[in-house]
Amino acid sequence: MVAAAGGRTDRCHGGRLDMVEYRHVTVPVRGDKFSVQMVEGGSGESLIFLHGEDGLTEWTPFLDRLAQHFHVYAPAHPGQGGSQGLQHLDDLWDLVIFYEELMQSLGLDRVHVIGQSYGGMLAAELAAHRPEKVSRLVLINPLGLWLSDTPIPDFFIFTLEDRAKALWFDPECDAAKTVFAQPTDPEEKMELDLSRTETLTAVGKFIWPIPDKGLTKRIHRVTMPTLLLWGDSNPLLPIKYAEAFQILLPNSSLKVIEKAGHLAQDERPEEAVEAILPFLKS
Amino acid sequence: MKLSMFHLMPYQDLPEDFEKQHRSAWVDLPNENFNPELGRQYYSDYLDELEHADTLGFDGVCVNEHHSNAYGLMPSPNIMAATLARNTKNVALIVLGNSLSLYQPPIRVAEEMAMMDIMSGGRLVAGFPVGTSMDTTFSYGQVPAQLRERHTEAHDLIIKAWTERKPFIFNGKYNKLRYVNIWPRPLQQPHPPVWVPGSGSLETWDWVLDRNYVYCYLSYFGYQRGNRVLQGFWERAAERGVDDNPHRLGFLQLVCVSETDESAQEEYEDHVKYFYQKMLRIYAPFAESPGYRSIHSIRESLRPQLGQETMKAAADLNWKDFVDQGHIIAGSPATVRDKMEEAIKLLRVGHLMVLLHIGTMPKELTMKNMELFSKEVMPGLNNIYEEYDDPWWPQRVVEQTAATAAD
Repeated sequence: MVAAAGGRTDRCHGGRLDMVEYRHVTVPVRGDKFSVQMVEGGSGESLIFLHGEDGLTEWTPFLDRLAQHFHVYAPAHPGQGGSQGLQHLDDLWDLVIFYEELMQSLGLDRVHVIGQSYGGMLAAELAAHRPEKVSRLVLINPLGLWLSDTPIPDFFIFTLEDRAKALWFDPECDAAKTVFAQPTDPEEKMELDLSRTETLTAVGKFIWPIPDKGLTKRIHRVTMPTLLLWGDSNPLLPIKYAEAFQILLPNSSLKVIEKAGHLAQDERPEEAVEAILPFLKS
Repeated sequence: MKLSMFHLMPYQDLPEDFEKQHRSAWVDLPNENFNPELGRQYYSDYLDELEHADTLGFDGVCVNEHHSNAYGLMPSPNIMAATLARNTKNVALIVLGNSLSLYQPPIRVAEEMAMMDIMSGGRLVAGFPVGTSMDTTFSYGQVPAQLRERHTEAHDLIIKAWTERKPFIFNGKYNKLRYVNIWPRPLQQPHPPVWVPGSGSLETWDWVLDRNYVYCYLSYFGYQRGNRVLQGFWERAAERGVDDNPHRLGFLQLVCVSETDESAQEEYEDHVKYFYQKMLRIYAPFAESPGYRSIHSIRESLRPQLGQETMKAAADLNWKDFVDQGHIIAGSPATVRDKMEEAIKLLRVGHLMVLLHIGTMPKELTMKNMELFSKEVMPGLNNIYEEYDDPWWPQRVVEQTAATAAD
């Protein structure tokens, strides 16, 4: 989903919106091969947020809170939210190099990286590929590992109902209701469905049919301090996955967010930022 | 025009309450529901039926590929075509076909089709489907976003493997082969005719038209609905400057023939219902994985035939609805002949494939359906479009038919 350019956003609970000025920007990468749609705002150390397979590229209360302390860049992945150039990427290796080049395009040498779910997997891959460019890493319910005794459900075939159950502790919370608001207008409904299909197509290009692309072979290179944030109510990615990440990441700590699902940063933006701030500032 | 018998080879023994117990007859229906002893009998009956089509004078017999499902028990249609190659004499063997992206490297398809072409004496029609979302992206785990590119590359490799006479290097994106040099190569020259089944996506139309192949629309919702889609095909053909030879098109139609319209209902209704209610039960997300069709194609084309709504709608229909809406053409020979003629002319279709075994039909009833169709419906229909050439039919079959007629 993409927010209307520059508009006020009010899709999550948590109050305190529009504290920080933000803008929608288009960033070219590798000449004209890619153009990246991005929301950007705040000031301070640079921080890149990589969104998950739910394709959220709006200025959320979570980003807003982070932007009070950091210069936040939240790009939409290629093929999603209007970002162009997916056809130039064939596999995860291509995608990771693309993100390294996006950093170059933004003139960023070393950043904090936060990624959620699919974005968390990409964040970990980027950190493994160029560890010197990631100062601190935050993984919110990240994909990337596969435990055969606890298979991750097939989110590619999730219905709206399945998603609601997986993404939220409380599917009735304001944030959930806004994210899953179904337009009554059939045209708008179709556009929303198509945008969802586009997002999953782009995600599927890299991780279909199983989100395990061999991160375990590379994760030893992720040596920077890493914070794992986990929703305590996450049927998609149970806490066992957090434990598996912890074993592979000796320099990591785990913080469980209570009453939060897979989209923990949207459901509990205050708690998420409260956990992240001291970690990034320390 | 050509009239061929299509067989899906369905599993007939799903429990009465299957719809209550399972969300789909494809992809994740546990194979504990498959009884191999019954399967053995089905294969035997189904092959008898297709072999009998040869003696009854059908132009061709059609087999196809599906995976992990109760709807069609042919993960490898090549195995069926291989036995038919030996046990039939005249019919074209229409293998519709091999889902090219599933074979890595796809020279396997080039090799097996060459074998079938030789074994049948040049009677093979090579079907190159992309494959359904269920078969390719779910059961075989192919990346939806890459499916069509893989299919195109596999096609290019196969055609080259069939036509080059010296070993060559193929450096594709998905296939890296230092030595492509297939033995045997096909009997038909330059290669067997190529037909491409699809379900109404723009991408497939363009792909087929650009390569001068036959497009086959395999719908279970009859010629009236099919016409809405296929008008688009002919418009697209015109837009791309392609002629309107009816043999560019293949269409599948369910047909039930009996002595009278009334006896048709008595004999076939339960079998037809089993087909629509059980065989076409597909969990909606399986029917269209994200990226299986482009956003452009989804926008432009009609809802896919396998969508939940169409499926639900069909599952609730009764005999009269099936007949009135043209899902099936059923009734006395006269009734069926009239409607067939209407369908053939409406769709402008030169290759009609008739599904004469439906759902749970036993062998005797299928044989009866075939007999009545071949003796009392086919005559008169085969002459439609005789003024058009059919360069998409196996040449040896044409010559053989001419020779038989001269005798």
